[in-house]
Amino acid sequence: MSFIPGQPVTAVVQRIEIQKLREGDNLILGFSIGGGIDQDACQNPFSEDKADKGIYVTRVSKGGPAEVAGLRIGDKIMQVNGWDMTMVTHDQARKRLTKKKEDVVRLLITRKSLEETVRQSMMQH
Amino acid sequence: MTWNSKHDDNWGETTTAVTGTSDHSLSQEDLAGFGKETDGPVEKLNCIRFLPLALTLLLGLLVLVTPLSFLVLPQVVWPERLQACGTACEGLFLSLAFKLLILLLAGWALFVRPTRASLPRIAVFRALLGLLTLLLLLSYWLFFGVRILDSQEENYHGIVQFAVSLVDALLFIHYLAVVLLEIRHLQPCFSLCVVRSTDGETHHYNLGQLSIQRAALVILEHYYKDFSVHNPALLTAAKSRAAKHLAGLKVYNVDGAGSDAATAQSRAKIAAAARQRDTSHNELYYEEAEHDRRVRKRKARLVVAVEEAFTHVRRLQEEEKKKPPGDEMDPREAAQAIFPSMARALQKYLRTTRQQHCHSMDSIQAHLAFCITNNMTPKAFLESYLMAGPTLQYGRECWQTRQWTLVSEASVTSPLHHGSEFQLKSSDFSLVVTSKAIPHLKLSEEYVHPKSHKFVLQLQSETSV
Repeated sequence: MSFIPGQPVTAVVQRIEIQKLREGDNLILGFSIGGGIDQDACQNPFSEDKADKGIYVTRVSKGGPAEVAGLRIGDKIMQVNGWDMTMVTHDQARKRLTKKKEDVVRLLITRKSLEETVRQSMMQH
Repeated sequence: MTWNSKHDDNWGETTTAVTGTSDHSLSQEDLAGFGKETDGPVEKLNCIRFLPLALTLLLGLLVLVTPLSFLVLPQVVWPERLQACGTACEGLFLSLAFKLLILLLAGWALFVRPTRASLPRIAVFRALLGLLTLLLLLSYWLFFGVRILDSQEENYHGIVQFAVSLVDALLFIHYLAVVLLEIRHLQPCFSLCVVRSTDGETHHYNLGQLSIQRAALVILEHYYKDFSVHNPALLTAAKSRAAKHLAGLKVYNVDGAGSDAATAQSRAKIAAAARQRDTSHNELYYEEAEHDRRVRKRKARLVVAVEEAFTHVRRLQEEEKKKPPGDEMDPREAAQAIFPSMARALQKYLRTTRQQHCHSMDSIQAHLAFCITNNMTPKAFLESYLMAGPTLQYGRECWQTRQWTLVSEASVTSPLHHGSEFQLKSSDFSLVVTSKAIPHLKLSEEYVHPKSHKFVLQLQSETSV
């Protein structure tokens, strides 16, 4: 998942659709994010390339909407509802995920195991 | 001690005063047996010690007399033929007088000092300087005798200038002496490691370029102040253990006579001792634990006894001194009054830590009087008995020796170099000294602009959505 500046980023992504859960006054998704271009990328335990300043899923609450939809800890979020998440600040990412008017978020996430799966399935054919 | 009876009206009826007959006191015989003051051997007055000083004084006298005689002799021998001394010449008299005074003061400051020690060989630099001065004086006398006395020179101004030049040359020799004797060895070049052979106590000193005998002198001066006092009583345990190790084995020669006796026997002993199951380490461990426990118990008793004793003594305030004298005592009497209550505890503690030969009863009472006079706390009084201090702290009988032998493979007047070793032997132990050169240090600089310190915050926030 490393990138060369100026070149388009290619990755194998999985589409995940999460329905927001209403809890009192808030709409929650049931996971936590970390990372962003204003954060220190070296401390990210989930990224392979320690210079990767993308948004990662750091915690998935048990039984929440995110876990039900198939989100896993360590996933990197590439897009949210069509908005890019690879070059955003932490606060911008949070805002894009917690828009009050949206009930559903469609994420494009990528993880290392996806690439393995695709390669294996291609080898079988 | 005076009692302040303002506190309690019936104070006198309910409190007992401290007398010497409490159950913690000792009788006079016990106190007398505390420690005997042994007189050291009377020192022979060695006249050789004063020889260098006598030579220095003689040379000084010669230095003083020579310029003055250069001035006086022409006036005495041929006064009528001598030209009159003009203004410039009389000005030179003034300068000569002051320079001579400065030379004498400087010489007194540098050379006329009591000798610190007698070294085995002569001090090379001093001898060279003495010879140089003598040579200078001799050559000036020769010149004076041949060119001035014989030919009866008339130019008195020239003679006075000649005398002034002699004093100038002597002042420069004195400067040379200061640089060679005092300043050259101030810059540290070598680091010396001094180890005491009996208990391994180690100290390090930094010295400049000195000869081996001078370095030994400096080390000995530091020894009396830095090393803790040598206590032979603490070493007996190790010796008895060493004796036990090899005592249990005896070698019998079964193959008959004629075999290689000594080395084979010792090798057999070492091999057998290694195979033998040895439990002496167990004994050592438990013995040391027991000893520590005993020392700590005695120390606790001692601290309590001393603290209690100190509460009985109080300094007389100014107002109280003007009242009619009650039971006033000077420090020595006060010390004698409170000493019996702590004497037994102190004696037992010193016996347990095997220090009883270093402290005599007189020295302890003197120390107690000293502490009382200077308002010290009981802890300050006890510190000199709880820790083994440097040799300087004890009386003369503990110094044991001022006669040291310098053992060295290189000549003792040769200078120190990297890796030189020598030993300073005294009667009971020896100090082993090794020297290492201080390495050449290379310092480089790195300039830091004052405004170049910039920081960013490292954020690792985690937000729940």
